[in-house]
Amino acid sequence: MKIVVCIKQVPSTEARVQMDPIKGTLIREGVESVVNPFDEYAIEEGIRLKERYGGEVTVISMGPPQAREALKTALAMGADKAVLLSDRAFAGSDTLATAYTLSLGIKKLGDIDIVICGKQATDGDTAQVGPGLAQRLNLRQITYVSKIREINLKNRKITAERLIESGTQVVSTALPALITVVKDINQPRIPNIFSIKKATRAEIPVWGMQDLGGDPKDFGFDGSPTQVVRIFTPPPRQGGEIIQGEVPEAVAKLIEALTSRNIINL
Amino acid sequence: MALKVIKENCTGCGLCVDVCAYSGIKINDEGVAEVTESCILCGQCVDVCPAGALMMEEKKATVEDIFDYKGVMVFVEHEFGKIHSVSFELLGKGREIADNLGVSLSAMLIGAEGDSMALEVARYDVDTIYVCNSTWLKDYQTNTYVAEAENIIRTYKPEIVLIGATTMGRDFAGALAARLKTGLTADCTELSVDMEKRLLLQTRPAFGGNIMATIISPNRRPQMATVRPKVMAMPEPVKNPDVQIIQVQPVSGPQDMLLDILEFIPDTAGTVNLADADIIISGGRGMKGPENFSMLFELAELLGGAVGASRAAVDSGWMPYAHQVGQTGRTVRPKLYIACGISGAIQHLAGMQTSENIVAINKDPDAPIFKVATFGIVGDLFKVVPELIRQIKGKKQQTAC
Ligand SMILES: Cc1cc2nc3c(=O)[nH]c(=O)nc-3n(C[C@H](O)[C@H](O)[C@H](O)COP(=O)(O)OP(=O)(O)OC[C@H]3O[C@@H](n4cnc5c(N)ncnc54)[C@H](O)[C@@H]3O)c2cc1C
Ligand SMILES: Cc1cc2nc3c(=O)[nH]c(=O)nc-3n(C[C@H](O)[C@H](O)[C@H](O)COP(=O)(O)OP(=O)(O)OC[C@H]3O[C@@H](n4cnc5c(N)ncnc54)[C@H](O)[C@@H]3O)c2cc1C
Ligand code: SF4
Ligand code: SF4
Repeated sequence: MKIVVCIKQVPSTEARVQMDPIKGTLIREGVESVVNPFDEYAIEEGIRLKERYGGEVTVISMGPPQAREALKTALAMGADKAVLLSDRAFAGSDTLATAYTLSLGIKKLGDIDIVICGKQATDGDTAQVGPGLAQRLNLRQITYVSKIREINLKNRKITAERLIESGTQVVSTALPALITVVKDINQPRIPNIFSIKKATRAEIPVWGMQDLGGDPKDFGFDGSPTQVVRIFTPPPRQGGEIIQGEVPEAVAKLIEALTSRNIINL
Repeated sequence: MALKVIKENCTGCGLCVDVCAYSGIKINDEGVAEVTESCILCGQCVDVCPAGALMMEEKKATVEDIFDYKGVMVFVEHEFGKIHSVSFELLGKGREIADNLGVSLSAMLIGAEGDSMALEVARYDVDTIYVCNSTWLKDYQTNTYVAEAENIIRTYKPEIVLIGATTMGRDFAGALAARLKTGLTADCTELSVDMEKRLLLQTRPAFGGNIMATIISPNRRPQMATVRPKVMAMPEPVKNPDVQIIQVQPVSGPQDMLLDILEFIPDTAGTVNLADADIIISGGRGMKGPENFSMLFELAELLGGAVGASRAAVDSGWMPYAHQVGQTGRTVRPKLYIACGISGAIQHLAGMQTSENIVAINKDPDAPIFKVATFGIVGDLFKVVPELIRQIKGKKQQTAC
């Protein structure tokens, strides 16, 4: 089975985040870049599918040269191959251009059976790349997957559970397909020292716009219909009132505060 | 490149470098800021530059056929025959935007009971309802719904399309925008119009809610946005006597149902789901064990709410993942969020800090959760929560008499 996992490098939320005292904005010092948390589940699921059904896992990422580090993490976990899509021409991509670029990279990999994406990236937070990519590649899509029940390679069918607001929906569709995964799907493995060392030495091919073909005006800033025009830090939430007193008294005050403001009605 | 440094203004103070999470800008040998190839155009540095030395170059509106597009359209989402309340919220906001722009407001309804649902939509102030009705459109499937929506949009050419940012809405919108090759802004919490340019200004949280970004789509149509449920006000039902219901012939057929929906397993933990709940009671590691969550369910039942959990509680196996709130769980925005035995890690806050009111119950007075809490009680939750239940029950009995 040919498995492709799409991963994005994002700034770590673990990083020390400070408030600038004058402007009240966030200052990040020495921000670390990590694999998007949801993509770790995607990589793990790809490797598990390979272990269950045989085949090969290729990880692919679009980003600046340092996104190579994210791909190395995936190789250390057990992915077989990695490709980096990197070119100055890709800078400023929104989700439409990102999905387009990734689709060309995946087409270049040849026939595939399944593409796995994370549910969303923790910086852009849109959850749009997966569905957009499925359209570009003309694949069936199953979003928010919490469990792959079965892949039947003979009938070329996948059956999966997806998490929707009111419960779990079980669906089945034909391969090739694209799925996006949520955290519930697995517990990502921690790579051992040996595989980390091996991954550090891995050669990762870099494909630019020339290698992908396609129309120059569909990439990067020019190929992106959306544009950020303003960024602002929402006023930090004011810490409110600590209700004092012994438990029964404090609870009574809390209920009074909530009912008088119509937050709860009893 | 769209981020410009105005060299004459730059003092080389380096604030932009500090704020950038992508190494997208550096101070060069001349001592002025220079944009690197890692810049993703997130705009954060522009906001902090004290010298006004950074600017985002706006895309110019290319004169394509964008002026053929007119009007605001709302996608009506439904599940099990029931219309999602976010669709009505969007009709309210859509009416305001349409009035500002001096255009009409329409609704797009795809389904199998479209005619009866259209009557429900017509209780609100809307000018046109496009109904695409067929047996195979009963349940949402990406392929069939996207095909019908693409056809309706290409035929009737709205300049703005609004969709609820629900699980279904995001599955649908992401695919539809790619099909239409147009811009889509995710999960907006604020919408307004730039009257001069007739552009939709779409504001949304990013980076786990730590910053807000305003996004435009200047040169493609329609301008599409998904909007978070429960953010826009629910409009009063006002019937438009001139409402037109237009039947649209489906372009898909039963063979286009690419998914087999085999089964639906309703979430059994709690009767109200997190996304819809006005009140959420969440428990964390401080709950000590799964059995103690029954107390939170009791409180939720009394208040008509749902039960959530921190990742620590989910990873310990005390609550199913569907209840996890936070960066790798769900984002919620209830009227009231009660956090019991949750410390308030940044990844948890990312999923709940835009709640209207937050109550924190924690025995550690220094727990970060108190920094975002509207009301806090420092104390043992095993005393506070049962007392809360007792007093609420007491009050309820009083009012019942
Ligand atoms: C503040 C801010 C707001 C933004 N708002 C919008 C917006 O509203 N609309 C819009 O179109 N763009 C927006 N963007 C741009 C968007 O973040 C980028 O296009 C980004 O490349 C992909 O979007 P995402 O981070 O939301 O990923 P998501 O769509 O959330 O990612 C889902 C999955 O897609 C895969 N994936 C995503 N990016 C890559 C990649 N580069 N390489 C490999 N796999 C990948 C991963 O599997 C990931 O888990 C915004 C950017 C910023 C900084
Ligand atoms: C990539 C990534 C993604 C993450 N995503 C999420 C996410 O989506 N959601 C999430 O929640 N976390 C997430 N986390 C984890 C997060 O960093 C914290 O570890 C987690 O939120 C801690 O949960 P907690 O507050 O329940 O536990 P703790 O931090 O252990 O806090 C327990 C609290 O309970 C209090 N307490 C203990 N006993 C009592 C008592 N008897 N009465 C009153 N108070 C008591 C303690 O004072 C303490 O403050 C993520 C982490 C990473 C790295
Ligand atoms: S913040 Fe502004 S003035 Fe300071 S170095 Fe950056 S661009 Fe120059
Ligand atoms: S726009 Fe964003 S990524 Fe680019 S330099 Fe500024 S802060 Fe860094």
